[in-house]
Amino acid sequence: MSLKSFPLFIILVWAVFAIFGPFMPLDPDAIDLHKILHGPDMDSLLGYDDLGRPILDRMIMGAQTSFIVALWVTSISMLVGTTIGASSAYFGGWFDLIIVRVIDVFLAVPGILLAIAFAGIMGPGIENVVIALSIVGWVGFARLSRAQVMALKHRDHVQAAVSLGTGSFTIIRRHLLPLISAPLIVESTFSIAGVVIAEAGLSFLGLGVQPPDASWGSMIRDGTAYMLVAPHMVISPGIAMILIVLAVNLLGDRLRDTLDVRSRKQ
Amino acid sequence: MLNYLVSRIISALIVILGVTCLVFLLIHFVPGDPVEMMLGESARPADREALRQALGLDQPVLTQLTQYLSRLVQFDLGTSIHYRQPISEILAQRIPATAQLAVVSIVVALVIAFPLGAIAAVRKGTAWDHTAMGFSMLGVSIPNFWMGPLLIMIFSLWLGLLPVSGKDGFNSLILPAITLGTAMAAILARMIRSTLLEVLNEDYIRTARAKGLSEYQVIRRHGLRNALLPVITLVGLQLGTLLGGAVITETVFSWPGVGQLTIEAIQTRDYPLVQACVLLISLSYVVVNVITDIIYAAIDPRIRLGDEA
Repeated sequence: MSLKSFPLFIILVWAVFAIFGPFMPLDPDAIDLHKILHGPDMDSLLGYDDLGRPILDRMIMGAQTSFIVALWVTSISMLVGTTIGASSAYFGGWFDLIIVRVIDVFLAVPGILLAIAFAGIMGPGIENVVIALSIVGWVGFARLSRAQVMALKHRDHVQAAVSLGTGSFTIIRRHLLPLISAPLIVESTFSIAGVVIAEAGLSFLGLGVQPPDASWGSMIRDGTAYMLVAPHMVISPGIAMILIVLAVNLLGDRLRDTLDVRSRKQ
Repeated sequence: MLNYLVSRIISALIVILGVTCLVFLLIHFVPGDPVEMMLGESARPADREALRQALGLDQPVLTQLTQYLSRLVQFDLGTSIHYRQPISEILAQRIPATAQLAVVSIVVALVIAFPLGAIAAVRKGTAWDHTAMGFSMLGVSIPNFWMGPLLIMIFSLWLGLLPVSGKDGFNSLILPAITLGTAMAAILARMIRSTLLEVLNEDYIRTARAKGLSEYQVIRRHGLRNALLPVITLVGLQLGTLLGGAVITETVFSWPGVGQLTIEAIQTRDYPLVQACVLLISLSYVVVNVITDIIYAAIDPRIRLGDEA
């Protein structure tokens, strides 16, 4: 495997486990009291956790959690953020002034802090994680699409559509959005990487998915109590997560170079 | 300069007002009745009514907001339900620990980022560059709630060199600061690399080389010094991420700062305290960035003159 196909390979493995996990012969909740905190053996290649459950099976379940959350949050954020950002730039005026201020306010609150606060206040559960992370996530897309549409809305083909009497939303959808899809795709890859870490972070704090469901973050948290006797509990979910985040970030970098997208949020 | 100063402060005030409204709205996201969530089902009706009135929850939302704002202006953050103590007092006890952690983390970040970025820029396109940027990519991808436990495992449990957690002297600060500083270092290193690459193409670098300065002197005195300004801004901008990360890092290391307090407040359903913590962290981020911008403008005349022209 060449270095170039590494990101795609990792992401593919992640997606396959996430999508086909429910159909695999897994036993993530099976408790084997004799194997509590046991290291890897032939039955479970990554060892057992503090309740004697196989870590590999739970990791695959965790892959589903992170995949579903990443997909939902990124889709919602992109849809909401792009709609708000693009229409704000296109219509301008008071509406735009207000939206710019709202974006500024959301940027002034550290993203993960806001997500922690919302998830903490709404209570645990995967739906609330998706809502909390989307409340944070739309801002990046809004800012990006606003800036892009600002730069494009005076182009000739848009003016031509305006003078032909085309409706505003048709113009945004058919004449502007296709042109800004490249930066949006790049932004969404970075968003996926961020969401994977954020979801695990919330679960690490106990604000994410609830037991017995598995998340890599809650697996790491459970493992921190047994680091001296069972380091494998902390190590494997962490490595899985880093590999995916690294792969998605590398893919984003490469997409940006290939699609020649200049701006990137810092 | 004065114009710039005034406009910068006014826009910051608007942002602060907006952040306050956002934080105010938080409590309305509590599923069901916030008072019942905070006091539990067994609470006496009289106690509930008292808390409802103290929080102003019996008033219309707009009245609640104006009351909330007017109390904030008088630095009245309310009383913690869990600690039964004024929130401002609790925060005052916790702020020094977080400030200490943030400052040392930034120092750690700069100490890692400058050599990494400089090597990558000077040896652009070589294995040095790729290794340095590889480290940087890795640094962004490692979450602090994994890095922290890993450092504890290696340096505290296996090697027994540093304390596992808590706040007890400088040694206890090392691991949390490294955990928190690494991600920032990774971002700064990339920035230093690209800025330095631009700077190294300038005429005055050629002049410095032509007058026979050693390469080290050229880079350090003429290159890095000029690359410093954008780095200052980026440190300010990254402070938000740092403070957000501090919430998790402080929890990992039981560091008694505002971040850990936020999580405690969430766990004890002390919603007014949650609001106060989020507000404090966000406002310190906004204020630091205003100060950064003003210092930046004071150092670099292009900004303030460009604004007036």
